[in-house]
Amino acid sequence: MPWPNSPRALKVLLADPMGAMGLVLVSLFVVMAVAAPILAPYDPLALNVRAKLQGISFAHWLGTDQLGRDTLSRLIFGARTALSISLTATGLAGAIGLLLGLIAGYGPRWLDAGLVLMLDSVNALPMMMLALAIITVIGPGTFTLILVVVLVSIPSYARLIRAQTLSLRRAEFILAERAIGASTFRILLRHLLPNVLGPLVIVLSMDIPVVIMLEAGLSYLNLGVKPPTPSWGNVLYDGYTSIRTSPTLVIAAGAPLVLATLGFTFLGEGLRDALDPRLASTRPR
Amino acid sequence: MLSYALQRVGLALVILFVVMLAMYGMVFLVPGDPASVALGPRATPALKALLTERMGLDQPVLVQIWRFFSHTLQGDLGVDVWSKRPVLDQITEAFPHTLILGLVALGWALALGIALGVISVVYQGRWVDRVLGVVSVGFISVPSFVVAIYLLLIFAVWLHWLPAIGAGKPGDVTSQIKALILPSLAVGIGWVGYLARMVRASMLEIMGANHVRTARAFGLPERRVVLRYALRLAIVPTISVIAMGLGSILSSAVFVETVFSRPGLGTLITGAVFKRNYPVVMGTVLVTTAFYLLVITAADLLIAKLDPRVRDALAE
Repeated sequence: MPWPNSPRALKVLLADPMGAMGLVLVSLFVVMAVAAPILAPYDPLALNVRAKLQGISFAHWLGTDQLGRDTLSRLIFGARTALSISLTATGLAGAIGLLLGLIAGYGPRWLDAGLVLMLDSVNALPMMMLALAIITVIGPGTFTLILVVVLVSIPSYARLIRAQTLSLRRAEFILAERAIGASTFRILLRHLLPNVLGPLVIVLSMDIPVVIMLEAGLSYLNLGVKPPTPSWGNVLYDGYTSIRTSPTLVIAAGAPLVLATLGFTFLGEGLRDALDPRLASTRPR
Repeated sequence: MLSYALQRVGLALVILFVVMLAMYGMVFLVPGDPASVALGPRATPALKALLTERMGLDQPVLVQIWRFFSHTLQGDLGVDVWSKRPVLDQITEAFPHTLILGLVALGWALALGIALGVISVVYQGRWVDRVLGVVSVGFISVPSFVVAIYLLLIFAVWLHWLPAIGAGKPGDVTSQIKALILPSLAVGIGWVGYLARMVRASMLEIMGANHVRTARAFGLPERRVVLRYALRLAIVPTISVIAMGLGSILSSAVFVETVFSRPGLGTLITGAVFKRNYPVVMGTVLVTTAFYLLVITAADLLIAKLDPRVRDALAE
């Protein structure tokens, strides 16, 4: 079964200091994202030109940016941007990858060969290069960002599901189902799907930090989430432009990115060890 | 071996063909006149006419595709629509900067990563190994552009030890090396983590293998067993990881070059994206993809040659 005994898995996760720390960091991040309007001391878009580029103070815990916006509030709302984009994008990519992987693994061989060639071709493009090409053609923005993430991550998910499906399609319980005349649809949905879902969820959770990084990176280049919407990348860029005059902004903007990616990576590693130790951990991004 | 080599090269060529077709076709997927799509709303009618003529958009589709392929394969990647310079010239100018950045980053990452991996194996299960494990994961997950910005802040803005921008003065090797230090640290840091983990995992697997046990049984010193017998085999899988990771090196180079305003493929392509300069974007993507495919294929062949187990599996 893909989810062996969840309470036990949670115990294993918490016993590992890295996994426990990951869980804490990720929980903080999610709380920040969900409760942003309650937690943020200011409106993240409110301008206050008289209080621009301030350092740390009681009024502004992490200072302000060039337009006098409160950095802490912008970073708290930035968590919301990062979480919503990464969940939407990985969810969509996972669903499409699942579908393509099942088709390639269970469908006729010519279809499998065609799909694998397509997936390999997308994989052969360096991720950032493909992203920049798509942005050039349809213009930057949140929609483009999600599209880019979905396109670049489908191949690895589809290949994972395909490999799992291929190894399962000759398993005895599937052969038995076929022998008693179960429809292809029923076999795919009731028997293959539950068995391939576990590894996919683990890989998806491990890719969330990659997506957070890509969102922030592209927004930093001004090719992602459009300002003034608060995104960690946008705040980081604002900090970069005033790095000599007020370094507080850039230091504050980098911190949540580092903590969130660390948290998700630690949690992902811990989850993998707790749920499925067989999945290899050294995948280059 | 020969049939394997032909098969790998053939697959790479097919993939390159599909990628070329996709990159060319991309501007047609979006509704509207392809020249306007490629150049964006700021384009003047003259620019659009130039691109229409250059891409042969007034010709039938099959003629267009034929022209595109024959031009590209002859090394003609078109002209930059804004500066009117050939795209290939700009890429050949930028490429060495990115190549040297990637090589230096990979070089120090390999040295440190392999060393940390070996240390982890020697102290396996003890606190040194655990600390190195956490540090490796930390290195892997930290975004390269955040590292770049923090390095810039500390070593260039605060301490004034190293230059903040550029690639050094042309002809002045010392200044070029100084300009390379911070960017290569930022690009390489994730790789230290990867390589340390890779080397640790594959060495642990090999330490239990028969030939290592035999070497120990013969009473060879532990140092020699670890370095000569285990590490040598453990390096082989890292070759393919490095080749596969070239794409991620390019991705970090895009960010890091932008942070340090360093010339290279990253600054070339991001500049082109801002100006909606599709010929330059397409040219850079095609050249990097071709290079990437070349490296992956070469690595596969190298592994097949180096590792007797892979060689035997292919022979069967």
